[in-house]
Amino acid sequence: MFKIVKLQRMVPNIHLMEVDAPEVAEQVQPGQFVIVRAAEGGERIPLSVADWDRKAGTVTVVFMEVGASTGRLARLKAGDNIPTLAGPLGKPTAIASAGQVVCVAGCYGIASMFPIVRALHEAGAEVTVVLEARGSFLLYWEDRMRALAKRVFTITRDGSSGLRGHVSGLPEMLRQAGVAPSQVMVNGCTFLMSQTSKTLGGLGVPITVSLNPIMIDGTGMCGVCRVSVGGQMKFACVDGPDFDGREVDWKELLARRKQYLDEEAYLCHRASCARGV
Amino acid sequence: MAEKKKLDLERRAMPKQPPHIRRRNFREVAHGYTPELAIAEANRCILCKKPSCIEGCPVDIDIPAFVRRLAEGDFLGAIHKLKQTNCLPAVCGRVCPQETQCEEKCNLRKKNAPIAVGRLERFAADWEATQVQQQMPEMRPPTGKKVAVVGSGPAGVTVAGDLIKLGHKVVMYEALHEPGGVLTYGIPEFRLPKQIVRREIDYIRKLGVEVVCDYVVGRTKTLEQLLDRYDAMFLGTGAGLPWFLEIPGENLCGVYSANEYLTRMNLMRGFAYPKSSMPIKRHRRVAVFGGGNVAMDSARTAVRLGAEESYIIYRRSRLELPARIEEVENAEEEGVIFQFLTLPVRLIGDEDGWLKEVECLRMELGEPDASGRRKPVKIPGSEFRMPMDAVVVAIGNSPNPLIPRCTPDLMVNKNGTIFVSDVQTGKTSKDKVWAGGDVVTGAATVILAMGAGRAAARSMHEYLTGEKLAGTTSEVASS
Ligand SMILES: Cc1cc2nc3c(=O)[nH]c(=O)nc-3n(C[C@H](O)[C@H](O)[C@H](O)COP(=O)(O)OP(=O)(O)OC[C@H]3O[C@@H](n4cnc5c(N)ncnc54)[C@H](O)[C@@H]3O)c2cc1C
Ligand SMILES: Cc1cc2nc3c(=O)[nH]c(=O)nc-3n(C[C@H](O)[C@H](O)[C@H](O)COP(=O)(O)OP(=O)(O)OC[C@H]3O[C@@H](n4cnc5c(N)ncnc54)[C@H](O)[C@@H]3O)c2cc1C
Ligand code: SF4
Ligand code: SF4
Ligand code: FES
Repeated sequence: MFKIVKLQRMVPNIHLMEVDAPEVAEQVQPGQFVIVRAAEGGERIPLSVADWDRKAGTVTVVFMEVGASTGRLARLKAGDNIPTLAGPLGKPTAIASAGQVVCVAGCYGIASMFPIVRALHEAGAEVTVVLEARGSFLLYWEDRMRALAKRVFTITRDGSSGLRGHVSGLPEMLRQAGVAPSQVMVNGCTFLMSQTSKTLGGLGVPITVSLNPIMIDGTGMCGVCRVSVGGQMKFACVDGPDFDGREVDWKELLARRKQYLDEEAYLCHRASCARGV
Repeated sequence: MAEKKKLDLERRAMPKQPPHIRRRNFREVAHGYTPELAIAEANRCILCKKPSCIEGCPVDIDIPAFVRRLAEGDFLGAIHKLKQTNCLPAVCGRVCPQETQCEEKCNLRKKNAPIAVGRLERFAADWEATQVQQQMPEMRPPTGKKVAVVGSGPAGVTVAGDLIKLGHKVVMYEALHEPGGVLTYGIPEFRLPKQIVRREIDYIRKLGVEVVCDYVVGRTKTLEQLLDRYDAMFLGTGAGLPWFLEIPGENLCGVYSANEYLTRMNLMRGFAYPKSSMPIKRHRRVAVFGGGNVAMDSARTAVRLGAEESYIIYRRSRLELPARIEEVENAEEEGVIFQFLTLPVRLIGDEDGWLKEVECLRMELGEPDASGRRKPVKIPGSEFRMPMDAVVVAIGNSPNPLIPRCTPDLMVNKNGTIFVSDVQTGKTSKDKVWAGGDVVTGAATVILAMGAGRAAARSMHEYLTGEKLAGTTSEVASS
């Protein structure tokens, strides 16, 4: 059993949950994830780690309410217990200690990007953060990012904050700011990661994406998380979740993520994240 | 003794659910012997002076001794005899490949009527479970030593059970949210009810073993970090990494590893969907690649999920099927269709990335290969296609590389199994660390994993206390 220390709504549909899990807190690194079950008999869902407190022994995740399991989590409150929080899983993100790193993040990826930005900043890289959302009402942790990054940009679909549009405007935005990236990192929904990889692929620098295929065990046992990267079969839970977005077979990943849509009442997902999976 | 008795060559059948009924449910196929049937079957044993059956059992169970007690109606005596050497009789009685082990070596085999040792073993264990009072074993006083057992499959459970009885403190770590290893997530309910596995785990918990689930050794803590807290460690992490054929189309939607397919059903109770939250697809045409127990379990699961056609596609012939004969027969009775001498070469999908067809080649048997089995060779130009909604790849597993990857000084063999310097003890190249079961042998059997656990427990005890335990160490680890 793992005790929830804090559960709060950040923006419509995105919630933060801090859980008492000292063994995990002591070990976790940026870019790793945990497997959570909201209730006995429930599904195992992977959630990236958004923060941790090694002294207090807590781990923080930020999740978007898209279906049965995340819905169940959202209805819990501080003091409740969840039966499973296993991890930290996946390889930690490789942190550059120099150069100009551009970190693009959207929806729950804003939260999972935060520890990466912190680590990059501490290691000595110059960080440019780009937050992407439908509207300003879906942005959070901008202040946390500003405290660490050299610059923070926002892109919103409705223009309510920063650049109006989406990531296709990125190259021009970076050019104007005089940013010549040595590496790009993207966390967020599959659509954001694939589009950013395409838009910035021409730069010729690594584009590190944190893939989010369907997972069950998260330990390399079931193979449901397999993705094609550079023509090779990889298990995202143990070989990743970070891969170079220029090599990922996005079409296959999108199809595989959608396998259980019928069963999962996809409608509630669509209502919450306009761009779908 | 043997001379007095008239030979009874009628092997007692075990009552089963009829095929047309069991095809539609997940309840156990076989009901087990009634006491009358068990006594009758046990009475057939001629209590040989040279009981060759024992040679066939990897853990050297004193078979005539327990069978004689059953024949006398002393069920309690029988189960105690069994438990002296086998801590999971309810499991082994069900899943041991008896036809190639104890029963193959039975002297009555020549007369085509070997004693049904497995069924009797199962009967004794099930009988014990119905008794209110379970007898607790003798426990040695605490030694003050602490042992970590990694993995809660049959190997880990055996080590934990043996070491706690010897007075050591034991903590067992499991990566998944339920203990039991393959017994829990792999072997289906209709062959091994999960309640039995839970009972065995509860038993070692009662003895004082602490079971910690949701703990991924290598990640939650490295081996090194854990070793700081313990005097010794056993790795029984199994062979959980699924192989694929590496043919085009294996990442199409509708293609599963057997591990995924069976985990969804067993560990996550997919069969109860939508009551359980694990979504499961009810495909109409399912092809399973492979011919072992895992393949049979997958094909029979597909049948129970309502598949109209469930195929086993195997590249050799019926004779070479590695699965247990009993399970092959059960599968056939349930309507599984066998395609022998057939090799899948390509999976073909539609626009949306869903599997539509399987392309196969016909094979013929050529010269015997290194394993002595005739090698299947492709027949050129024999390609044909089968329309298919789902494919389950059940061609094998190797050990999960997670722990070796996180533990540079733990030696592994080329095939990914953990190197042990002495197969009799399971001692690894790393100080204070032992290993056994599938992680050392590659995918094998429950009884071999248990035997390896038992051998490791003796060696660990000797390391911890300097005491050499009396009695013979069975040769299981080497086979
Ligand atoms: C490494 C990794 C890290 C992730 N980090 C986060 C995070 O920090 N915050 C967050 O909100 N989401 C994260 N996700 C996605 C999250 O796991 C899914 O949104 C969640 O499982 C949906 O469960 P559900 O029952 O609420 O929705 P469902 O109704 O079950 O599914 C909605 C959609 O989510 C996806 N999904 C379903 N089950 C799984 C599963 N077991 N694993 C992965 N995706 C699934 C499918 O595309 C599905 O169509 C991450 C995924 C991965 C693989
Ligand atoms: C579908 C199927 C059917 C089978 N049928 C039969 C049969 O009929 N008869 C028979 O004799 N054998 C059968 N087998 C084989 C048999 O189940 C195995 O040989 C046996 O379970 C091996 O036991 P083990 O203890 O070595 O490992 P496992 O049972 O594999 O258990 C290993 C455990 O370790 C855990 N683990 C792995 N890595 C870590 C980690 N890093 N940290 C913590 N925990 C970890 C795993 O989650 C797992 O629970 C079958 C196997 C399968 C898959
Ligand atoms: S443990 Fe297996 S091989 Fe040994 S007697 Fe029992 S069924 Fe036979
Ligand atoms: S060989 Fe067969 S008949 Fe003889 S003791 Fe063993 S089980 Fe009984
Ligand atoms: S989630 Fe099962 S292998 Fe990756």
